[in-house]
Amino acid sequence: MASRQKSPATDAQQPPGEDEVASGNGEGDEIMEEAEEQEDGYTSSTPTSTLTWISWFCSLPGHEYFCEVTEDFIEDDFNLTGLNAMVPFWKEAMEMVLDVEPEDEDTSKIPDVSIVESSAEMLYGLVHQRYILTRAGLQAMADKYESGVFGSCPRVYCVGCNVVPCGRVDIPGSDTVKLFCPNCNDIFVPPSSRFQGVDGAFFGTTFAHLFFQTYRELSPAPFWRAPSAGGSPLSPRSVSGSNGSRASPFNNPNPHGGQKRAAGYVYVPRIYGFKVSERAKSGPRMQWLRLRPETPEELDMVDWRGRWINGDDGYDDDDEEEEEDRQMEDFDPEAAEGEDDDDEEEEEEDEAVGTTPMKGQKSGKQAGSDPLTRTPGPVRSVRTSPTASEGPRSLDDKPLIDLSVYTLPSFGQSFGEGKVRTVRQWAPRTDWAGTAEV
Amino acid sequence: MEEASTGSDSDYSSTWVSWFLSSKGNEYFCEVDEDFILDRFNLTGLNNEVANYPQALDLITDSLDDDIQDELRGSLDVQARLLYGLIHARWIVTARGLTKMLEKYKRADFGRCPRVLCASQPLLPVGLTDIPYEKSVKLYCGRCEDLYSPKSSRHGSIDGAYFGTTFPHLLFLVYPTLIPLKDGELPSNPIKESSTDSRSRRRPREDTEAGVAAEGGAEGISTANVALKAERYRPRIYGFQVNEIAKLQRWQEAIRDRQIARLEALEDKTP
Repeated sequence: MASRQKSPATDAQQPPGEDEVASGNGEGDEIMEEAEEQEDGYTSSTPTSTLTWISWFCSLPGHEYFCEVTEDFIEDDFNLTGLNAMVPFWKEAMEMVLDVEPEDEDTSKIPDVSIVESSAEMLYGLVHQRYILTRAGLQAMADKYESGVFGSCPRVYCVGCNVVPCGRVDIPGSDTVKLFCPNCNDIFVPPSSRFQGVDGAFFGTTFAHLFFQTYRELSPAPFWRAPSAGGSPLSPRSVSGSNGSRASPFNNPNPHGGQKRAAGYVYVPRIYGFKVSERAKSGPRMQWLRLRPETPEELDMVDWRGRWINGDDGYDDDDEEEEEDRQMEDFDPEAAEGEDDDDEEEEEEDEAVGTTPMKGQKSGKQAGSDPLTRTPGPVRSVRTSPTASEGPRSLDDKPLIDLSVYTLPSFGQSFGEGKVRTVRQWAPRTDWAGTAEV
Repeated sequence: MEEASTGSDSDYSSTWVSWFLSSKGNEYFCEVDEDFILDRFNLTGLNNEVANYPQALDLITDSLDDDIQDELRGSLDVQARLLYGLIHARWIVTARGLTKMLEKYKRADFGRCPRVLCASQPLLPVGLTDIPYEKSVKLYCGRCEDLYSPKSSRHGSIDGAYFGTTFPHLLFLVYPTLIPLKDGELPSNPIKESSTDSRSRRRPREDTEAGVAAEGGAEGISTANVALKAERYRPRIYGFQVNEIAKLQRWQEAIRDRQIARLEALEDKTP
């Protein structure tokens, strides 16, 4: 598996000296197969081949995130200021990284080549941390970023936004490399365990953010408005596709801010189609973590201490939101409890069926009145809930009937026709498996 | 997909269900009690959903006639998987189904949250829709309350409707004591330690109160201001926060604080 994943990575690293790498690829593969024999592989292969230590190092499994630091950057002592205190066997490590033939006297002093090997790795990592902050380094990483070498955000509503490697500390030996997603501004553990041996300090705390400051067109803006097609039933369904089709070109008024349209949906938990009320103990508590304001101006409504500048009253939209929430709360716990009972007492279904439609109706009234109160700002409710616009249509409307079917409301009478269709859709299943990667 | 291969594999293990559960890629599923499947009431409406429904049901319950043609058998396996998945979605929101999934959750069978500050919080499977063939299964983290795609493509191709939109939220509604704490990893501790820490901190509570919770106890728990404990990542360039992101994060935290104020006011009103 490692070798399969490796090949695209090495392809991405090909630009410098194509001949070298072409011959080097074979070497790399051999070494990978005998991953344990790194030192041997090094000593035996390097002198005879044209593969440099740096490209060999970057082609190792788990080193896909590294870019190749140019030799003249390493040779400039200024760039190495302070590093010689951190790396043991400095001279030997430098010779190894730069493929300089060591003098015989020196080799006798070295107790074990693997020590120099790890020194060289440390040296290269620390230089790498500095190099990727330079213009050339940022560009090299941008190429890797755009070819997707670093992978994409595992969060569903980031819709496959590409991530960059980052460290949590700049001092080596404290933490492994993490991945930063510019869309949710959060950090994630790399999906493969082969990155668990890679030191986060080799990428540093600064790189990820300097990168997105430099390439602003790759950086999602901090505000987001749901696609204006609030009325069209299709748009919210295709959350994954919504990114691709855009009517107007996106523009962030802040010229120093992110210039990419963000993927802004936030997950809204639902029980049988109903939002879980925030009044419930298990209600949503963390949606703020992913929420974005609709307009950049809203960001300025909070002062530097994190307080609302005009007090809560000045913020009309959210008062509406609160009201909306209150309305939901009135029936949510009730409906949810009703459902609950159903589950625990399946046998008493007849009774349950007798009672839940009542609740359903009651909630139905409120749900019915809800869209009315919502109408002043329909976009807002869409915004806070990715499935909301799908919800009001498919769920808030239908559950009135569906609630009475006890566990899975949606399979019952209402989808009779849809079912026959979906059965025939067995073949396209691979399609949505594809979208699932998103 | 090698999983779609044959139905004759059922020779190797005792029942179709146990064969299905043990085959690769089906690790997220739990075993549906046989009497749940045999109760026709629980299957209401599924006959419209699944072609060759009677035979598929027979296959699941191991009562399929042996003289059925081979061609049919192949397609029947597909239908049986669909049927089992849809039954499974209904089963895991029953009391017994919830406890079965709870065991799997405690074993972290569904993987752990990839978010660094969630300290390897175990995940729960969830669908984005209850209609089959629309969206693949996603994983819900009770700590950051967000959705993630499964790491492995094996799991990434499971239909989300086999788990349904309701399951994880119902689980935390029924077992409020299991709602994960929002705090992240402990500072300066390696991730693994802190995750076992937080789990062992929770475990005594889980075990003693799980029974109580099922009976509707756990009223003492307040989750109004748990979000305050949540840690978040702050991007920095040479130690300085990045302007636009810092602004967004302040706004988000103001939203959070307002929700907390709202919830605490509610709590005061209804003691």
